[in-house]
Amino acid sequence: MLLTVTDLRKTYATADGPFDVLRGVDLTLDAGETLALTGESGSGKSTLLHLIGGLDAPDGGRIVLDGTDLATLDDTGRAAVRRGTVGVVFQQFNLIPSLKIADNIAFQARLAGRYDAAWCQTLADRMGLVSQLNKYPEQLSGGQQQRVAIARTLAPRPKLVLADEPTGNLDEATAANVLALMLELVADTGAGLLMVTHSDRLAGQMQHRLHLALGQIAGPVA
Amino acid sequence: MTRTVFSALLSHWWRNPLQLFTLLAGLALATALWSGVQAINAEAAASYDAAAATLGEGSYDQLTRSDGQPMDQATYVALRRAGWLVSPVVEGRLDGVRIVGLDPLTAPGGLGPVEVTEGADIGQFLSGQGQVFGRADALAALPDGPAQVDSPDVAPGTVITDIGVAQRLLDRPGQIDRLIVAPVQPVTQAPLDTIAPDLTRQVAQSGSDVGRLTDSFHLNLTAFGLLSFAVGIFIVNGAIGLAFEQRRPVVRTLRALGVPLRRLMVLMAAELAVLALVAGAVGVALGYVVASLLLPDVAATLQGLYGATVSGELQLRPSWWLSGLGVALGGTAMAAAAAFWRLAHLPLLAGAAPRALTMAAGRSARVQGALAAVLLVAAGVLALTAGSLTAGFALLATLLIGAALALPLILDRVLALAERLSTGVRARWFWADTRQQLPGLSLALAALLLAMAANVGVSTMVSSFRLTFTGFLDQRLASELYVTAEDAAQADALQTWLAPRVRAVLPIQSAPAEVAGLPTEVFGARDDATYRDNWALLSSSPDAWDAVAGGTAILINEQLSRRSGLAVGDVVPLVGRDFTIVGVYGDYGNPIGQVFMTEDAFLTLYPDVTPLQFGLRLPSAGVPALQQALADDVGLPPTAVIDQAGIKQFSLDVFNRTFTVTTALNILTLTVAGFAILMSLLTLAALRVPQLAPAWAMGLTRRELGLLELIRAVLLAVLTAAVALPLGLALAWALLAIVNVAAFGWRLPMFLFPLDYLRLGGFALVAAALAALWPAWRLARTPPADLLKVFSNER
Repeated sequence: MLLTVTDLRKTYATADGPFDVLRGVDLTLDAGETLALTGESGSGKSTLLHLIGGLDAPDGGRIVLDGTDLATLDDTGRAAVRRGTVGVVFQQFNLIPSLKIADNIAFQARLAGRYDAAWCQTLADRMGLVSQLNKYPEQLSGGQQQRVAIARTLAPRPKLVLADEPTGNLDEATAANVLALMLELVADTGAGLLMVTHSDRLAGQMQHRLHLALGQIAGPVA
Repeated sequence: MTRTVFSALLSHWWRNPLQLFTLLAGLALATALWSGVQAINAEAAASYDAAAATLGEGSYDQLTRSDGQPMDQATYVALRRAGWLVSPVVEGRLDGVRIVGLDPLTAPGGLGPVEVTEGADIGQFLSGQGQVFGRADALAALPDGPAQVDSPDVAPGTVITDIGVAQRLLDRPGQIDRLIVAPVQPVTQAPLDTIAPDLTRQVAQSGSDVGRLTDSFHLNLTAFGLLSFAVGIFIVNGAIGLAFEQRRPVVRTLRALGVPLRRLMVLMAAELAVLALVAGAVGVALGYVVASLLLPDVAATLQGLYGATVSGELQLRPSWWLSGLGVALGGTAMAAAAAFWRLAHLPLLAGAAPRALTMAAGRSARVQGALAAVLLVAAGVLALTAGSLTAGFALLATLLIGAALALPLILDRVLALAERLSTGVRARWFWADTRQQLPGLSLALAALLLAMAANVGVSTMVSSFRLTFTGFLDQRLASELYVTAEDAAQADALQTWLAPRVRAVLPIQSAPAEVAGLPTEVFGARDDATYRDNWALLSSSPDAWDAVAGGTAILINEQLSRRSGLAVGDVVPLVGRDFTIVGVYGDYGNPIGQVFMTEDAFLTLYPDVTPLQFGLRLPSAGVPALQQALADDVGLPPTAVIDQAGIKQFSLDVFNRTFTVTTALNILTLTVAGFAILMSLLTLAALRVPQLAPAWAMGLTRRELGLLELIRAVLLAVLTAAVALPLGLALAWALLAIVNVAAFGWRLPMFLFPLDYLRLGGFALVAAALAALWPAWRLARTPPADLLKVFSNER
């Protein structure tokens, strides 16, 4: 199993006292599988994604990713997981504004020590970015920037791709186009994909679908 | 990974060259001002040390005649025969060059080039025409004769040669001015008073006399250098803070992509260190230029004020580069400490959009306010209690830092009040928007505050010094004419010749002494109305002058009174006699204590001292005729006769030279502060677009927005100036009443110069307006497309 999440818990301190954002979440995902995570705002979707991605540490439960229990890792160990095992696509793109598109695409692969020029070129080609490689992020549209972000995530061929509302900033047509490309490329790499989304239509394109409510899995959605 | 992250970090600067320029320029300017001033001080110190090393001043005990006259060869021979390891020195001036003659065979090691060094030929040095060692300019001024050897280590304006050559050059055959006593002497030598009773032994002193005399001047320069550096560090702090602020999303992205925090911090520190070294190197080079421009004036000031010869040319010393680069690195580390602390505590998952600077202002404003209050209270306590130099500097530091921290809060309150009082919607928006900009501009405004306060403070101190000093000159230089005799015989003849021609002849005579363990000069004055009428006493008993005339009472100067705790009514023993202190007088500029007594009392204590200098009292109209008669009838050379106006003019010239230096540093510091404002405004300009776009969309033209930006900058400068004035006056008070007293032993009265402050305020406003002009112009020309981007989700 690529990912096993068991009884995962997370509590935030708020002005009104502690808030249990995750109250015992369990899920599994295998390589090559795609899973949509839906839920209302504040249901804990993004928190779950961040914990799985090693961006934050849980208060209880276990996350075993590719055979490694994330709870046993310190900050440096979690950074290594982010660098080498998972790839995260953010809603806000989070490109590096001072680097050209070509360098942005290659960036994470270089960090992971798995840079493959031919694969990066293929990604740029498949994403329709070849004519944009010498430009800077600010010169691209939102849809183009998100395609760059997806290409950057896939460049090191991660085992698990996490996507946090990756099309939330895009119009419907562009969103559908970007998601189709992402699914196609993820399938090519054999990675698992876990995507957080509000959109039923996008969630419907994934193999599995879970609904999160009040910090717990409310059940699979048909 | 390291290379990838480093290139990503560096790419920020390539895409934001203005920010890079701000950082480098701020650091380079800070280093330049600091290292420039330090270079001047170091050059002067090196000159003093060269002088001390060349002349043996301070390093060795010396024997001189009690009456100040030269001794003959026989005395020297007698001492050597009695076992004294002494070495003769003769010195004098020839064509403006100081000639020092030494005996290389008996001189202790380490005196000038006598230790055989490059170019020194001991045979030639001792025989024939001999050799002279000195700097090129001094050698060039000498007439042809001995072989010349260029020696940069010799003191400026001085040449060293064998004593025989020097006696020949100076036309003083067989004469010796002093004897240097070797540190190790035979145990069996006969006592000095049995062989040469007319000689006095002067004990070696640690450090150079000239160095101590000029400490006050260098202290001022150092304080200025430090202040300029502080202003520069404010710029660097601002530039680094904004750079980190803008790179916050990138830092989060890098960490999200798997770069460990520690690695990221190390790389960012390395990046800053590289930039600091580049800027530091530029700064040291710029500092060299500043120092080269200022050094001639500084040298002239030191020569005039203290008779200290300092080379007018700068030598680039390796220690300079090292200290300059060290200061740049240290300054950057200081300026970046807060940014790194924030970076280390940056939550990985906080919103990735650039955090508005104002959002962070709430909590930090409270901390800043509390810190400012603590520092200002501490300054208040120190103002009441400080008595030492350290406490004085602590007062300056707490006052300046406290005020700089308090400034944004004061401005925020003033702007909030203006917002509440304003009626029109545009005015309310203007005040609110100005408040919103404060956090981003506060560092630049703090830099302006410090620069202006320093200008007010230092110019008040210097101008007060000038007023006091000119008044003091009028008191002290009451005699219309001053004459100097060559020897005791000429002095006697001169007094006799002068007696029927002037109203009074006032001998100027003094002898060294020790009072309450402090080196002191005892001054013996003839009882005359000149002193009673002109010398202002700071404290005195009734009929003080009559008591002094009676021969049992004395006056002491302020510095002796402060340092020893002696006051009116106390009794002081001098050469076995007790004298009662009946008054304390101001004696500005004198580094040591002084005792004033009547001539008769002086002569009973020091019968061997023969006065060679005299002040002459006569109607002013008779001065030219007397000058002429002194030249024609007595044969005094023009250099031996100086009129009062000449001395006063000379003293004022010296002061004006000092002002040239302080004025130049004032202008430089203000320019740096103006630069800080310019850079802050330019860096903020990009962040300002989202704030200004809604105002533009709602009907304000870009031209109006640009104009408002200009008005805003000037307004903030006016408000800062309003805070800087009282701060500057407090600074002046602290310098005059605490630092000066602790450092030099005398307190200057403080005068106010409203016109100067007005002019300074005007200059600051012009600097702020000039700094705001370009950003305002750029804003007025911002393409509408850029403003529209704010409203699209593509930004």
